[in-house]
Amino acid sequence: MTPSLPRIAASVAVPKAALQQVFENLRGEGFSLIGPTVRDGAVVLEEIDGMDDLPQGWVDEQNPGQYRLKKTRESQYFGCSVGPQSWKRYLHPPRLGLFSVEKSNGGWVFHTPKGPPPHYAFIGVHACDLAAIAVQDRVLIGSEFRDPQYAARREHVFILAANCGHATSSCFCTSMKTGPKVTGGFDLALTELPDIFLVEIGSEAGSEMMRGIQWEAATAFDLSRAGRVTQRAEKLISRQLQTDDLPELLYENLEHAHWDEVASRCLSCANCTMVCPTCFCTTVEDSTNLQGTASDRISVADSCFNRDFSHVHGGNIRPSIKSRYRQWLTHKLASWHDQFGSSGCVGCGRCITWCPVGIEITEEVNSIRAKAVR
Amino acid sequence: MTTASPTLEVPYPADPMLPRLATIRGIKPEAYGISTFSMAFVDPDERARYRFQPGQFNMLYLPGVGEVAISVSSDPGEPETLGHTVRYAGNVTRAIGRLKPGDVLGVRGPYGSHWPAISRPGTNVVIVAGGIGLAPLRPVILSVLRHRDDYGRVLLLYGARTPADLLYTGEFDKWREGNIDLHVTVDLADENWRGQVGVVPQLFYRVRMDHKNTIVMTCGPEIMMRFVIYEALARRIPKDRIYISMERNMKCAVGFCGHCQFGPTFICKQGPVLNFAAIEPFFGREDF
Repeated sequence: MTPSLPRIAASVAVPKAALQQVFENLRGEGFSLIGPTVRDGAVVLEEIDGMDDLPQGWVDEQNPGQYRLKKTRESQYFGCSVGPQSWKRYLHPPRLGLFSVEKSNGGWVFHTPKGPPPHYAFIGVHACDLAAIAVQDRVLIGSEFRDPQYAARREHVFILAANCGHATSSCFCTSMKTGPKVTGGFDLALTELPDIFLVEIGSEAGSEMMRGIQWEAATAFDLSRAGRVTQRAEKLISRQLQTDDLPELLYENLEHAHWDEVASRCLSCANCTMVCPTCFCTTVEDSTNLQGTASDRISVADSCFNRDFSHVHGGNIRPSIKSRYRQWLTHKLASWHDQFGSSGCVGCGRCITWCPVGIEITEEVNSIRAKAVR
Repeated sequence: MTTASPTLEVPYPADPMLPRLATIRGIKPEAYGISTFSMAFVDPDERARYRFQPGQFNMLYLPGVGEVAISVSSDPGEPETLGHTVRYAGNVTRAIGRLKPGDVLGVRGPYGSHWPAISRPGTNVVIVAGGIGLAPLRPVILSVLRHRDDYGRVLLLYGARTPADLLYTGEFDKWREGNIDLHVTVDLADENWRGQVGVVPQLFYRVRMDHKNTIVMTCGPEIMMRFVIYEALARRIPKDRIYISMERNMKCAVGFCGHCQFGPTFICKQGPVLNFAAIEPFFGREDF
């Protein structure tokens, strides 16, 4: 007998192997599965074929300027925290064609990208990254102008979230109130227990993808065990960012001596902006054919740490690393509120882990607060 | 290039990054390295639909070269022909400088905020411009001339580096005839110059202005605008009656690219025209 589909908001218990059936169902609906997998010593987000590609048995250790994967004796599929990439890699790609132009009859004809947008199923989205997607939604489709390519990709995305049972020293989602438990914005959300997945149904589409799976309503025992998973992650998070005095603290301390101190360490390499799941800045590039009769215009990820980012005739507005670091930090934690109604930081900790000199956003704010002008 | 009329195959503004085609109708050299390009959209519907407010800007695009934000400098009462006064400063503006009448380029806009419309008849207006900063203010001047009786006293304080750098000099007599009190200065005079010599803010000392019912609109180098604000405040003009137009690097003009941020402000969306009271904590801050 075919099992019925679970209701929205239901929590159900499924054997771990059932996840493969979810994957088959998603693929049957035309989704490309994008999920965590181990490559070059890190967990990256790539197209996966099935459960075998997941980082089973791996756990990550992250510290300022340091990332290591370790094999454990446990057999968890979703035991790793966030890796260097985030889902913006797929929703807001670092290189994206805007249009092409052809000379024709003395004028030009513009062609925008044709064809259906990709249909992605994101597998194993952590709470901080789910919050980051919501942040980018506000930036790219939340105002009077809508980025049409982001909108098309976003509309078709299927989100299978994964609650965290593990945290690294870089994590501070609890301070930013984004995790470690996902609270909405998903189609399915799973909590990994040693023997089963506990799956929360978040949408009609999520329920549909449970087709053909033998599920059981979660017992009180299952729910309590799942609760302890995210509680464990929460306990592992030691890093904190005090947010109640932001953004005022930063606005009032734009000339703080600490900006010079952090600038003496910052390499202005832009790693933090590349790994940040909310940083959205782009530039544009044009390339022509040799005859000069056709041209492509593409959008390319850019960073406020690049020297020419602020270039106007006569020079750059922010020529110093100090001014560029101040721009990044105050945008992320202060002016983002004015612009988009929330912080630009979700507490994922990537900028801390992937900073080659281990600059910690949380510590920089603490240093400013320690000798703040109030 | 021939004159056949190409068409756009794609909808607008569903894709805000996509330019529409416009044909150059005329090019008027204004000063050394600065010309005004008059252009009209190729699509007659677009031409009929397009409206702009004084102070707004368009993105001008040349395939294979790039795109640049340029204020509209023509009369908002005649939006079928758009004037853009361009200084040849970078790759894109230099390539625009090589265009000839009949050539096409991409245009999208209008974007950004505009100079305030006067809320009360009889409002006094003080317009202060430096160099090419007069270009985004020219639509204000032309609007004033159209509706001169709605305004009180209109002062125009204008300066440039040298007499050869002054824009729209051929229109000065007409502006004066329209009862605009025009004062001009240059930083460096030549042997033929009989006018004022000195920086623009010094012109404040040559005129009297009533601080009541007066608004100030200024555009020019930021250092000039800082001193213009200083002089205006010294004459008891309230902060929230002072408007400035700012410039920043711009790639998208719709708030996606992040380049034009000035504190909480996106110059492309809340700017380029900003009320001084709203940006005071950030204005004039070094490397900000």
